[in-house]
Amino acid sequence: MVDLRSDFVGIKSPNPFWLASAPPTDKAYNVVRAFEAGWGGVVWKTLGEDPAVVNVNGPRYGAIHGKDRELIGLNNIELITDRPLEVNLQEIKQVKRDWKDRALVVSLMVPCEEANWESILKRVEDTEADGVELNFGCPHGMSERGMGAAVGQVPEYIEMVTRWAKKHTRMPVIVKLTPNITDVRKPAQAAKRGGADAVSLINTINSIVGVDLDLMAPNPTVGGKGTHGGYCGPAVKPIALNMVAEIARDPETYGLPISGIGGVTTWRDAAEFLALGAGNVQVCTAAMTYGFKIVQDMIEGLKDWMEDKGYDSIDQVVGRAVPNVTDWQYLNLNYVAKAKINQDLCIECGRCHIACEDTSHQAITNMVDGIRKFEVIDEECVGCNLCVNVCPVQDCITMEQMPVGTIDPRTDKPISADYANWTTHPNNPSSANFEPAE
Amino acid sequence: MADTLTAADIRSGRLSDEVLKDNFSDLHPRLDPHEAAVEADRCYFCYDAPCMTACSTSIDIPQFIRQISTGNPNGAAKTIFAENILGGMCARVCPTETLCEEACVREKAEGKPVRIGELQRFATDHFMETKEGTSFTRAAETGKRIAVVGAGPAGLSCAHRLASHGHQIDLFEAKGKMGGLNEYGIAAYKSTNDFAQKEVEWLLSIGGITVHSGMALGRDLSLERLQADYDAVFLSIGLGGVNALRAEGENLENVEDAVDYIEDLRQASDLSKLPVGRDVVVIGGGMTAVDIAVQSKLLGAENVTIAYRRGPDQMGASKFEQDLAQTNGVAIKFWSKPFAIKGEGGQVSGIELERTELNENGRLLATGDIETIPADMVFKAVGQTLVTKDIAAEGEGLALEGDRIKVDEQRKTSLTNVWAGGDCVAGGEDLTVAAVEDGKVAAEAINAVLTA
Ligand SMILES: Cc1cc2nc3c(=O)[nH]c(=O)nc-3n(C[C@H](O)[C@H](O)[C@H](O)COP(=O)(O)OP(=O)(O)OC[C@H]3O[C@@H](n4cnc5c(N)ncnc54)[C@H](O)[C@@H]3O)c2cc1C
Ligand code: SF4
Repeated sequence: MVDLRSDFVGIKSPNPFWLASAPPTDKAYNVVRAFEAGWGGVVWKTLGEDPAVVNVNGPRYGAIHGKDRELIGLNNIELITDRPLEVNLQEIKQVKRDWKDRALVVSLMVPCEEANWESILKRVEDTEADGVELNFGCPHGMSERGMGAAVGQVPEYIEMVTRWAKKHTRMPVIVKLTPNITDVRKPAQAAKRGGADAVSLINTINSIVGVDLDLMAPNPTVGGKGTHGGYCGPAVKPIALNMVAEIARDPETYGLPISGIGGVTTWRDAAEFLALGAGNVQVCTAAMTYGFKIVQDMIEGLKDWMEDKGYDSIDQVVGRAVPNVTDWQYLNLNYVAKAKINQDLCIECGRCHIACEDTSHQAITNMVDGIRKFEVIDEECVGCNLCVNVCPVQDCITMEQMPVGTIDPRTDKPISADYANWTTHPNNPSSANFEPAE
Repeated sequence: MADTLTAADIRSGRLSDEVLKDNFSDLHPRLDPHEAAVEADRCYFCYDAPCMTACSTSIDIPQFIRQISTGNPNGAAKTIFAENILGGMCARVCPTETLCEEACVREKAEGKPVRIGELQRFATDHFMETKEGTSFTRAAETGKRIAVVGAGPAGLSCAHRLASHGHQIDLFEAKGKMGGLNEYGIAAYKSTNDFAQKEVEWLLSIGGITVHSGMALGRDLSLERLQADYDAVFLSIGLGGVNALRAEGENLENVEDAVDYIEDLRQASDLSKLPVGRDVVVIGGGMTAVDIAVQSKLLGAENVTIAYRRGPDQMGASKFEQDLAQTNGVAIKFWSKPFAIKGEGGQVSGIELERTELNENGRLLATGDIETIPADMVFKAVGQTLVTKDIAAEGEGLALEGDRIKVDEQRKTSLTNVWAGGDCVAGGEDLTVAAVEDGKVAAEAINAVLTA
């Protein structure tokens, strides 16, 4: 029997699917609807100090679409909550009282003064919310005022504010990180030093989603001008996965709980985040695209998959792929693979040929004995996988590992059973086996 | 009721104006921009794309589809027109299921090819509605003059290409309107809203082409004179004659040539005035047979039967067209040939059809097994023939191959400075797109000779 119940830094929820702090969690009405739909928890839309911020009164979002209007990436220039603090706090209190089994975490962003943090934390504590998330991620608007990403980009500030937060509340403190930095491990380490119970990532990526070529202004355009915004949605998932994995496998932050955010749209996305070390996931764009009902398939899909794989609980999945994330220098250079085209599945579009011919290793034919035919030339194939990726037919081209002992026709060398990586390679100047060029 | 059994029941106005309008509306309405974007996205941008090889005019199909996909429909149209100036008409009339779309790798993959013809229509319509003139500009005048005889797709394509090279063209056409079968023959639901005439006007806007309608070779012009007066001549006179049925009763009233009837239909200003029989029988198995059968049905004929002497696989009409006939309620009788047409008072009353079969040597045999079905009208759609007497007096040396004009790869005939193309030449496919290609190839050949 699969048990999806989640315990994230002591915050319990019936499933690991939380809504991220964003418009879907802006007020009681939305949050109640989300809980009714089955979401395990929410991170309430970021609270700030009164007087509340204002939002633009024109478009806040821009998007990247596929040809059938599939929403691939979303960009926003919305700020934190624009409702009075007290209204939010009262609603939070009421919702928590009505939905005891769900996780309710409150996202916060106030100026970088200890007193400001102390004051708001006390008020949040009174609501009996389960925890707080420090918003150090928002890349637009708030960062111009020294908050959000402006804090998240300076590890010392992260550490300092996290420490204040820990000092002034008993609630678990989750630090939300911005991806708009060069090495995500640094802010994560800072959060940990400050005493954070967990980090959550990624916040949105600084972006201009497109240019209106008639107005000659960025999208979304407000009265003829645009500004950079925060990018999210399916397009950012690969970036988020890497950042989660970096923190999960960093010796300094190893074991620090992570709430995975960034383009989670399906149960499979969630499973991938869990596998790379996230203890739960937060969702925003998918809900904003399809509504709250999507959580039902996320729950059922994750359950079915776990059942198929024999996992009983979320813990058994979390971090399972982390040991297999390594540095390039440790990849086995004696592993040799060649592309293989299944001629029964091949529809002869020729994309593998032209991709390899124009941009790779000239290792796929377009003609064999005068007939249109696409075959891999093993003598040339470096096993790069490009053809697999451009082939429109699933599983038509596969990468086949060359058996140990056979000869690689490209190098004329036998395939070795031994593991050998760059650290020991004769071309590596810092390897013991280094052989300088003549 | 009694009189319907005796006198032929041929009437106009069988259907209301509204139903007629609906029946003769666009077979494939134009894709809207979103549909086009989604459909274009299905194209894999194949390397050395098989669809290009399958198109007689070798349009760079992946390229034009990609241009639609990137939001550049006029660029897409330019790619199409570069190879096929009648890309607008071809998009409507090409039996794509046996041409480009049959070759599409998605047909192989999933049985659903990219809708190339409809995308072509999307792009060409866009261009013709948003741009002035064709996508070609004329080169400087060369002072060379060429006579093009017959203004169907072959003649138009040739004239346009030659004009673009700076030559002066005299385009002679026997009929009142330009366009050939685009104007007079193509099924009405394939070319709606007077598209054929609009396309001709658009094409002629390149300049350098002088149109002479009502001028027939063999009546008002002689090939000899044209050869003497012009630097080159291109013959594109199509097929003006019809094959005989060779069945008793062929001369009864209401035994009609399908192409003539379609011409009346295409030119009718009010379809509700066009008489059609209640029981219609069509003899033949090609595109014309399907077209006349379907259009009779759409005009309100109650029972329409196509009698074809061989099986579905041998039928000239594609599977798509056979299905089109059947979904429109036309019955197709295979292995069935006309034995005799029966009449009363000079009018058709029925037709005797004889079953056929193949013997072990693959020869078609009549079995003697005869059935009679009622008919008020019988349409002959058994193929057209070249009217050779119009071209050259006998023995004047225009070589034929079979019963059509013999040409080489360059569409050059056996006569000095005379080229030919379209349905009137041997070895063709009797398709609009093939006629366009002939005109284009001949124009390039003529240009090469004249500018050598
Ligand atoms: C009923 C019917 C339906 C068809 N449907 C399709 C279809 O859906 N799709 C498709 O691809 N093809 C179709 N075809 C075939 C296609 O129409 C022809 O292949 C194409 O029109 C041939 O072009 P052409 O220029 O050679 O001849 P035509 O279009 O026949 O043009 C010849 C022109 O020459 C003129 N002419 C003839 N004799 C003389 C003369 N002595 N002097 C001066 N001018 C003369 C004629 O009036 C005519 O305008 C159809 C044909 C028919 C009959
Ligand atoms: S001209 Fe006809 S055959 Fe060629 S691509 Fe267009 S629709 Fe297909």
